[in-house]
Amino acid sequence: MPDCTDPASLEGLAWLACYLTTGKHMAFYGAFGTVLLLLAVTAPAALAFGFGGASLARSRIAPLAWIGKGYIAIVRGVPDIAFFLFFVIALDQAFEWARHQIRCGHWDQPIWQGNDFVVCPQAKLPLSTADQWIHEVYGFALAVLTFAIVFGAFAANVLYGAMRAVPRAQIETGHAYGMTEAQVFRRIVVPQMWVYALPGLSNLWMVLIKATPLLFLLGVEDIVYWARELGGTKTPQFTSYPHGDWRMWYFLGLLVFYLAFTRVSEVVLARVTARLTRGQATLAGEAQRKRAAA
Amino acid sequence: MKTLLTTAAALSLAASAALAQDVIRMGTEGAYPPYNFINDAGDVDGFEIELGNELCTRAELTCEWVTNDWDSIIPNLVSSNYDTIMAGMSITDERDEVIDFTQDYYPPTESAYVATSEDADWETGVVAGQAATIQAAHVAEGDAALIEFATPEETVAAVRNGEADAVFADYDYLKPLVDASGGELVFVGEPVPLGDGIGMGLRESDTELKETFDAAITSMKEDGTLNEMLVKWFGEDIGQY
Repeated sequence: MPDCTDPASLEGLAWLACYLTTGKHMAFYGAFGTVLLLLAVTAPAALAFGFGGASLARSRIAPLAWIGKGYIAIVRGVPDIAFFLFFVIALDQAFEWARHQIRCGHWDQPIWQGNDFVVCPQAKLPLSTADQWIHEVYGFALAVLTFAIVFGAFAANVLYGAMRAVPRAQIETGHAYGMTEAQVFRRIVVPQMWVYALPGLSNLWMVLIKATPLLFLLGVEDIVYWARELGGTKTPQFTSYPHGDWRMWYFLGLLVFYLAFTRVSEVVLARVTARLTRGQATLAGEAQRKRAAA
Repeated sequence: MKTLLTTAAALSLAASAALAQDVIRMGTEGAYPPYNFINDAGDVDGFEIELGNELCTRAELTCEWVTNDWDSIIPNLVSSNYDTIMAGMSITDERDEVIDFTQDYYPPTESAYVATSEDADWETGVVAGQAATIQAAHVAEGDAALIEFATPEETVAAVRNGEADAVFADYDYLKPLVDASGGELVFVGEPVPLGDGIGMGLRESDTELKETFDAAITSMKEDGTLNEMLVKWFGEDIGQY
């Protein structure tokens, strides 16, 4: 490991080794973990929102169906960037407003003062006395929730279609055996819908992977933020490692990361599809059965 | 009843303790050297960071820095996600309608044009500017065509790759870049005085905090420490108090 105290005296690989191990680069490498963690948490959360939305949308009780369909229609219709810029602020304010009602009985000032949204100090989320990491975790949680709501609406639409694609005859057979509506849903619709939903869901997954740069709008520093920050021109006054506009190299690195990641996803999704197809009343399921029999 | 009372006492104690050691969260962009930037160690650094920390020491406040995208820096302030903005933000009437400013801690600035050659057409050509800045507003009023970018870095890159004829930005942001470019970038035209100086942005309802910081800035102006800091970060040519 070269001595990095005076980078100006270093050359070639030694310089590069020092450059690539600055605290700033460490934050960049850490951001890959942030992105992967976000995807790992968001994907199931979005699926849960999607499942809920789709179940509501196909409900026989009209108000429930309106809620489900309204959720799908509104969130799908609002541009992502508007959603991520303003919805998160509104969400945060909603939480703080609720806490304010519970905790701040003694507070005599209005919450809205002109443009300003001010709750009592005890209602702040997180409290302004909280450690920095708590603020970061809270920001991350808001990001997950927002992503889950947005992608959940798209997933809901996919699952709604998939539930309707389950052959009618299967459902009627279930009824004929005396199953209740809930039993039919649980035992017949849900196990069979995934194979119809998977192409749509895999599209969503791919889009979600590439949507993470929106994180910085939510105050979470992701890999694209760091690539832009690290690659930008650095003049000698403000850094020991001055360089020109290197953004291209950093984005090239990101390109490789995203391509590798989407490739791995494709392989995994292909396997999941093959597994879900087994025994299904679809063309692919039939082909699988014939291959196995031959 | 006894538990109720002790809980209530504990709560009120906690409340007063929370107020006593309240943390002021300071918002900045972290992409605008020498005002504010991220240093090699990955921490916020720059003129405004050093100044802000000194102001907090004088006002006996605990402060914590937060970086935020420029586009949403004002909405997040009024929504109380942090309490101040120190991000090279010029005091303008338009912004003053939405938030409040302390007195200026950086004198009214000159903005300048930078291009790749002396004869670049900065008057009627294509000029790059950062979105939602006084410079962008100034270009939009003139004869030149304005292209806006989200970050200052991109405005300069647009000139280097020929997308824009010139970039219009704070003189002090451009100067280190011109100096380090080895003649590739040059100042063109005359500098334009814009804005009423740079101040710290606060919520309009936060009058007490504004007075606290105003007093701290005044004390730094009086004992000359603010001038020293200005010279340290911007060089001898900088306007002083």
